[in-house]
Amino acid sequence: MNLEELLHKRSEWLKGTGPKSDIVVSSRVRLARNIDKFPFFNWAQPKQKEGILALVKDAALKSKFLKKTMFLQMKDLSEIDRQFLVERHLTSPEHVIDPQYKAVLIDDQEIASIMINEEDHVRLQILQSGFNIIEAWRMADEIDTDLGTRLPYAFSDRWGYLTACPTNTGTGLRASIMLHLPALVMTNQIGKVFQAISKLGLTMRGFYGEGTEAVGNFFQVSNQVTLGRSENDLIEKIGSIVDKLVQREESTRNILMTKNKDEISDKIWRAYGTLKSARIITSSETIKLLSVIRLGVNLGVVTGINGTQINELFMLTQPAHLQKIEGKILNPNQRDYKRADIIREKLKG
Amino acid sequence: MQCDICHKEAATVHLTEIINNKVTKLHLCENCAREKSAEMEEHFGLADLLSGLADLVPVTTKKGKSPSLNTGADIDVGIKCPSCSFTFQKFRKIGRLGCPNCYDAFRSQLSPLLRKIHGYDRHTGKIPNKKEVVKDATVLLGDLKARLTKAIEHEEFEEAARLRDQIRSIEKKTKPEKNEVKSNNKKGKK
Ligand SMILES: [Zn+2]
Ligand SMILES: [Zn+2]
Repeated sequence: MNLEELLHKRSEWLKGTGPKSDIVVSSRVRLARNIDKFPFFNWAQPKQKEGILALVKDAALKSKFLKKTMFLQMKDLSEIDRQFLVERHLTSPEHVIDPQYKAVLIDDQEIASIMINEEDHVRLQILQSGFNIIEAWRMADEIDTDLGTRLPYAFSDRWGYLTACPTNTGTGLRASIMLHLPALVMTNQIGKVFQAISKLGLTMRGFYGEGTEAVGNFFQVSNQVTLGRSENDLIEKIGSIVDKLVQREESTRNILMTKNKDEISDKIWRAYGTLKSARIITSSETIKLLSVIRLGVNLGVVTGINGTQINELFMLTQPAHLQKIEGKILNPNQRDYKRADIIREKLKG
Repeated sequence: MQCDICHKEAATVHLTEIINNKVTKLHLCENCAREKSAEMEEHFGLADLLSGLADLVPVTTKKGKSPSLNTGADIDVGIKCPSCSFTFQKFRKIGRLGCPNCYDAFRSQLSPLLRKIHGYDRHTGKIPNKKEVVKDATVLLGDLKARLTKAIEHEEFEEAARLRDQIRSIEKKTKPEKNEVKSNNKKGKK
């Protein structure tokens, strides 16, 4: 498997098949681990960084859970390829800065990935489609337990898994659920949701866009606390809160469809029309319009296009994906042309 | 430099945020940084905030004044990790620790900080599947049981219930062959 194959493949999490996938885009679990007796990555000597890389690579490749994997050293990848991995959520933006001694291991379904030498020596990530956080944790747990038989993790009875940043210590677990909440935004309920979430030991942020403005109404909810609660507790808690959010979004969508069906339909069809005819389109406008169409598909207003295709368009219209499809570097203006071309092609039906 | 949010106060907290794969620098005054702190945990790492908010790390000051950022002479924040020679001063500045042993070296300083961040300062989750750690689990169990007794004495029932669950889960993990038949896909297999 190589990167070019990934380009023409659909990541598992994009299939849009999981439970509640009309509202929950993806569920992710990340575990932070470090190797005992080594400094944390940022302060390790080059020889130590090399040693950690070899150690973790070896341990991971021996795992029975990671039979079909691709091992990529960041230094061997072009700028666009690294960005491509970030866009596919296979690695973090931090991990591609300063690529020396860094690597990522990706399984062929793009569900599991292991970042080696990020801020922590090991960051294992499981990414599932839809509302599947328990399954994501179960898989992460299984792979982590297996890796732990070959890797001497830094662990203290008192503070659990020791991480470079004390905000991750303990379980080292970050569960993140990405939600599409257009109805809660349209009805001005989202502010209250933000407030409630922060009181519950969780954080919520717009997924696209900057600051508090959430382009396309995509939000990511994550646990804030990692210490003093068991993994199962943390997963259960975020799961039950997200469940409430999903119910709220669902009931609000129903109300909107009963009371404002014509206005909603109009909005959705206009978005569809724009995307089908645009010749030049920015990434931000694309996200906004695709978000509206995604709602349209899930409300049954738009037919002839499915959730998987919408998810695919979200993925393919990102800068590095566009440039990989085109096979050359494109400046932002050129990308806006290429983006519109691809969208028209995919929506031709 | 002025605060990016209120444009009034001087910016004393400097943050790097990565949004949408773009690195953004934010310069905030203390008040705005505090307000922003809830939403930024995930990506800033609360630690970056430490550089500006000295009181988030309760430093034991002998002279009863808050340590100044410039002197670097404060004895208590000058503690060094014997393994990696990271100083607590450096941790306060950059919000990251040097090596796993720093946790031990800065134990008394970190404990209140961790409590502040997480609400707890003791791990209750997964334990690595290693023999020597299993041994440590007996120590941990003794400790947990003592805390359970105390919690019951003080009528802290929520805490007591939590401790009880934790004790059970550790007991289960340390002698798995006794009570349970494990399926192939479940965790805990040896
Ligand atoms: Zn301000
Ligand atoms: Zn150290």
